Amino acid sequence: MSDLRGNIAIVGTAESDLGVVAPEMTPFDLMAQATMRALDDCGLELSDVDALFAATSQSRMVAMAMCEYLGVQPKYVDSTQIGGSSFMAHVAHARAAVAAGLCEVVLVTYGSTQRSVSRAAASQPEPNPYEDPYKPMMPPSAYALAASRHMHQYGTTREQLAEIAVAARNWAKTNPVAYRREDLTVEDVLNAPMISHPFTVRDCCLVTDGGGAIVIATPERAKDLKRKPVYVLGAGEYISHNMITCMPDLTVSGAAYSGPIAFEEAGVSAQDIDVLALYDAFTINTLLFLEDLGYCAKGEGGAFVEGGRIGPGGELPVNTSGGGLSYCHPGMYGLLVLIEAARQVQGVCGDRQIDGVNLALAHGNGGVLSSQCTVILGGEETL
Amino acid sequence: MSDRAEKSPLAVFREHCEKGELAYQVTQSGEAVYYPRLVAPGDGGKLEWKVSGGLGTVYATTTLHPRNGEPYDVSLIELDEGFRMMSRVENIDPSDVKIGMRVKARMTPGAEDQPVYPVFDPVEG
Repeated sequence: MSDLRGNIAIVGTAESDLGVVAPEMTPFDLMAQATMRALDDCGLELSDVDALFAATSQSRMVAMAMCEYLGVQPKYVDSTQIGGSSFMAHVAHARAAVAAGLCEVVLVTYGSTQRSVSRAAASQPEPNPYEDPYKPMMPPSAYALAASRHMHQYGTTREQLAEIAVAARNWAKTNPVAYRREDLTVEDVLNAPMISHPFTVRDCCLVTDGGGAIVIATPERAKDLKRKPVYVLGAGEYISHNMITCMPDLTVSGAAYSGPIAFEEAGVSAQDIDVLALYDAFTINTLLFLEDLGYCAKGEGGAFVEGGRIGPGGELPVNTSGGGLSYCHPGMYGLLVLIEAARQVQGVCGDRQIDGVNLALAHGNGGVLSSQCTVILGGEETL
Repeated sequence: MSDRAEKSPLAVFREHCEKGELAYQVTQSGEAVYYPRLVAPGDGGKLEWKVSGGLGTVYATTTLHPRNGEPYDVSLIELDEGFRMMSRVENIDPSDVKIGMRVKARMTPGAEDQPVYPVFDPVEG
């Protein structure tokens, strides 16, 4: 077993305000708000924080902005930016920093006001002379291309993809802070306005404001805090490409690589996991990650999600918060994926709590299926 | 500095486009590379420019439905030389573009003052 297995624990979690936040709020306001809520959640003080990790699409030098805003001078700073999976990478890197003795209490934070300022303003596209002339709508078109290939190669249907959106919505109905909670059927998904075939608007994630924070501590520091520590048992990172043109095989995501690294380190298998949080930017994400993380064979994801299998009451609970499709998606949603997985291990999810969660998996996705990071979390009994 | 790059990979690619040629690169072991770069991915080795025959197969495809405007195609094309690029298949209804369809490159003028760029048309067989 790796030296890093269980060397840090998530001790506090918090969302900032979500959905549509107050006018003129900044990503920094949301990060600071979530930070104080997460510290309050675990009973630590701002002065206990000796490492700051942050990412957002709305600031080039976010760590400096947050050190200034919070008035802290941490010993260790990391603002790795690999899109929505950045925060899983932050957790992975926090293990290394703690193992090296560089810090003991790590703050990871994120904020976005993309709903308020517009997606284009919140995440300015970088010029790409080899794709721009064709006017793809990014990111939906990239994921739509992947879906087209999966449908062609394996006979996956739009109805099967729609089942993923419906499962997410049914979970969202059990989450009081979810953005969309009204009824949604497969027919509603199929008949919604088409964005980039095969995706209608209901195959695509929400566009919301929001943010969050998690507080991580050494097992020693974690012992006497307010919440049950959630240990980081394994983590895997994999970057396969940047632009969709260069994705080696559009039906296989980097989760096929990040997953096995994380499982091996944690010493558990896919089937041991009690609840999954998978970054669902689009319906195809959930399907690819279920296949690539080993929940069904490649090509069988469509049949696997049929019949409500991943929804409330189904065999395999996936995205119990309602996911990026129905709960919240501020643009780089990975931190909120981690928060839901950690809370399921803590047993604090209310109506949507899964019974007896010992192990949870949080999988992050960044760019256009480009960066994939898997984190496996467990309670004390899994150490 | 003897190894100063006199032209960017993009500039060379666009010069070929101006001549009606779809350019790509090959590594020293003969592997096709796209998009154009200064060094080969994987080993950082030398790259040699080649001109594609322009024939390829649709690898993945999507039809975009802008709120204001007509639907249009965006596809990934696998060229017979073994590289993949993003492009648009024209002269066919975008919803009729299918994976596996054979296509051939053609240069088309860029919008406003943009340079010419490659698009594709369906071909028989």
